[in-house]
Amino acid sequence: MEANDLINLAYVVAATLFVFGIKMLGSADTARRGNLVSGMGMLLAVVVTLLADGLDYTWILGGLIVGSAIGLVAARMVKMTAMPELVALFNGFGGLASLLVAWAEFEKIRGIGWDVYELEMQSNPTFSGFVIYAAMLIGGVTFTGSLFAYGKLSGKLSGSAIVFGGQKALNILLLISILGVGAVFAWSSDLELAHKLFLTGVGLALLFGVMGVMPIGGGDMPVVISLLNSLSGVAASAAGFVIYNNVLIVAGCLVGASGLILTVIMCKAMNRTLGNVLFSGFGAASGGADDGDDREPKAISVEDAFYVLEAASSVMFIPGYGMAVAQAQHVVKELAELLEENGCEANFAIHPVAGRMPGHMNVLLAEADVEYEKLLEMDTVNPMMPTVDVAIVIGANDVVNPAAADDPQSPIYGMPIIEAHHAKTVFILKRGQGKGFSGLVNKLFVMENSRMIYGDAKATISSLVNELKGS
Amino acid sequence: MDLILLFFIFVLAAFLGLELISKVPSQLHTPLMSGSNAISGITVVGALLAIRAEEQGTMGTVLGVAALIFATVNVVGGYVVTDRMLQMFKKKGK
Repeated sequence: MEANDLINLAYVVAATLFVFGIKMLGSADTARRGNLVSGMGMLLAVVVTLLADGLDYTWILGGLIVGSAIGLVAARMVKMTAMPELVALFNGFGGLASLLVAWAEFEKIRGIGWDVYELEMQSNPTFSGFVIYAAMLIGGVTFTGSLFAYGKLSGKLSGSAIVFGGQKALNILLLISILGVGAVFAWSSDLELAHKLFLTGVGLALLFGVMGVMPIGGGDMPVVISLLNSLSGVAASAAGFVIYNNVLIVAGCLVGASGLILTVIMCKAMNRTLGNVLFSGFGAASGGADDGDDREPKAISVEDAFYVLEAASSVMFIPGYGMAVAQAQHVVKELAELLEENGCEANFAIHPVAGRMPGHMNVLLAEADVEYEKLLEMDTVNPMMPTVDVAIVIGANDVVNPAAADDPQSPIYGMPIIEAHHAKTVFILKRGQGKGFSGLVNKLFVMENSRMIYGDAKATISSLVNELKGS
Repeated sequence: MDLILLFFIFVLAAFLGLELISKVPSQLHTPLMSGSNAISGITVVGALLAIRAEEQGTMGTVLGVAALIFATVNVVGGYVVTDRMLQMFKKKGK
């Protein structure tokens, strides 16, 4: 009993540390310490749990070592550009763990029978059945949903939304069967039947995770991951109800609720609602694309671009996912420095959802040592745009698509953009003539003042740097 | 433990979570997501408690150990990767 009190007391401290951690993560000055504080909470929760009676330490030690090694190596080795998909993957693992915890508890019940279990846990079988199913379900959906998002982000799967006829009906049917199986599972006292129902439920949950993320376009993956992150918190919380553990309930619920708020904040940055992101099949339709506009984008050579840049007195870089793919952040920084030496003002315009995750560009440019003050937010940049001589769009597409501002037909209509088209000249660095992640045609590319520089962004910028150095 | 009590803390934690973050600058969205993702790995505690010496079949142990490994990857990886991201923001501030 004494040990139990100590454990629960330590859980209260751990939960408090999580609260402070999340709070501190929300502001730039304290963010890193906040992460450390929440890490201390986690360490405390794990260490104190080891004091519980009857644990099998051999397996526990093995599991902890293997898991830590994998996590540590993955987190240390990953390139900054691959950060978004790694977070998605970790999140999926968390969901899977909750599913497995629920499953393990169910196996325990199968082993000792409901009667003994009820006595031991002082629980209500229907309630236990319900939370076991809920933890399994939410964990399973989080797992395959995150894996699918990982596939889309890392380019292993096609980034565009997959929509087919009857998809919504199929998903609703799937959801109804999941709930139906769950209801019978929770109220069934026959353990063998319950076992079959549980396994069916696992299959359905895993399928539902894939089906749910499938119709969502790659450009919306940040929102999806944020939502799945929130879900994995809810799954952990449900697992807490399964084993009557208060730190799981509190920490999971904190993540679930704050993750939901973060998701809504992200949706607002794109001026869309969560429902619109999840169910609209955004990016599958090419809406507003071919409206008889047959102007061709005009290309410009690197050399000509150099002459324009050399004469420019203010340059605005607008980075997007393409910069991440090309690993161009370091040369971009070099170019910005050379331009400054040349007496030109060089800044960076960061769209809130540029890249594959909010703040993706900030992380990359910070890695390249770009000064914080040079990273300007959208609201600061747009009024400055008409005075900018050259806007250099590096692998960004949808976030500079003027259709969002003036074409009500466009699926991204209403999304706030960086108004690159107001700059005197716009250079667009692009791999080829393909469409952006959302599959939309970008009117910016065919505007009078726009010039395309085709090719790998890193190579292009490197040659610009060399030209500038040579001059 | 009293079920009602657990619901009580669940509801309170939900409201606390909803109030906890409001105006987060957009460059912190990813670290915040990643950091809270690490916290959701708290299910590691559940995995630990599932690995018991007795009263549990092989299947239960296998599931528990698998849960522990995945949850530990989530926790350790999540914290380290978040710290790496935030470390980069640190540099710019001097």
